[in-house]
Amino acid sequence: MRKIAIVPALNEERSIAAVIAEIRAADPGFEVVVIDDGSTDRTAARAAEQGAHVLTLPFNLGIGGAVQTGLQYAREHDFGIAVQIDADGQHDPTQLPQLLAPLVAGEADVVVGSRFLGERNYKAPFVRRVGIRLFAAIVSAVVGQPLTDTSSSFRAYGRRAIVYFARDYPHGFVESVEATVIASRCGLRLKEVPVVMRQRLMGQSSLTLPLSIYYSIKVLVAVFVGIFRRSAYELKED
Amino acid sequence: MTPLRVSIFAAIAALILLAVVFELMRSRRLQERYALLWLLTGLVVFVLAVWRSLLGWAAGAVGISYPPSALFVLASFFILVVLLHYSTVISRLSEQNTALAQRLALLEHELEQERSRA
Repeated sequence: MRKIAIVPALNEERSIAAVIAEIRAADPGFEVVVIDDGSTDRTAARAAEQGAHVLTLPFNLGIGGAVQTGLQYAREHDFGIAVQIDADGQHDPTQLPQLLAPLVAGEADVVVGSRFLGERNYKAPFVRRVGIRLFAAIVSAVVGQPLTDTSSSFRAYGRRAIVYFARDYPHGFVESVEATVIASRCGLRLKEVPVVMRQRLMGQSSLTLPLSIYYSIKVLVAVFVGIFRRSAYELKED
Repeated sequence: MTPLRVSIFAAIAALILLAVVFELMRSRRLQERYALLWLLTGLVVFVLAVWRSLLGWAAGAVGISYPPSALFVLASFFILVVLLHYSTVISRLSEQNTALAQRLALLEHELEQERSRA
């Protein structure tokens, strides 16, 4: 089964090369596609030097649009497994085997690396942790399955999920919560596995408090409306 | 009853709106599908401005004691509908814009691969 790592990147020239090298070191079977989401630095060049495929978006689409571009690439080039990994080094590629296991075993279509399952060493501001917990509780109720971490962007997708999300994936920021709801509504099987995330290698979280509030409201509305929405497409595996 | 001057003023305003919309369509700066709501707005305001007893009756039916207010309420309602329509248009355009950007990135990458192979 061909595997690809989807790395959405916006101005991550300082960490992107290391992230790609780490993915390769952890599992040489992975091809890497970096989606340059409108960077103004040398992110694309650094990624290309490391031998990654680089898809350059003409302007910034936001994380959701970038991830979807990677999934479209995976669909068109017949990858059976895609993993979404942050370009800032938060996600540890040595944990890829845990993330892939449920896909390989055929138990799930979407596997989410959760910061709150198993041993907990996730350090985040109190407000952020509360927010994550709150979303987890709401989304768990909506999808009828206990979930602990719906905003984690360390995720793996099987072929059915790749094909579906290539056509229908939420755009903008904090898209993962909506994606979880969409996945469950259209019949994709979700599973969480415990992961440990690192402090980001470079840079700061892009979320300020007013933005967090704005995104939280946006996501809550999207999730609520999503309950009443039919799937945009049928599930299939082409 | 609506004061005559209000009726004349509203009728003229509606006619100007209709004329401007017509001119924009004629010069191809406004597509028919986006003009329809404006034309409807102009027509309804015009009809109610000219047919004064209808406006009086309609205002009375919904409990508005001063009929010209009904004209404003109606005009605001149409403007809200037009704005909401624009929001749907913008949403669709932004979806399409995203899809095009993604397509462009994928095709550009493919083109580069072809070139380096050649």
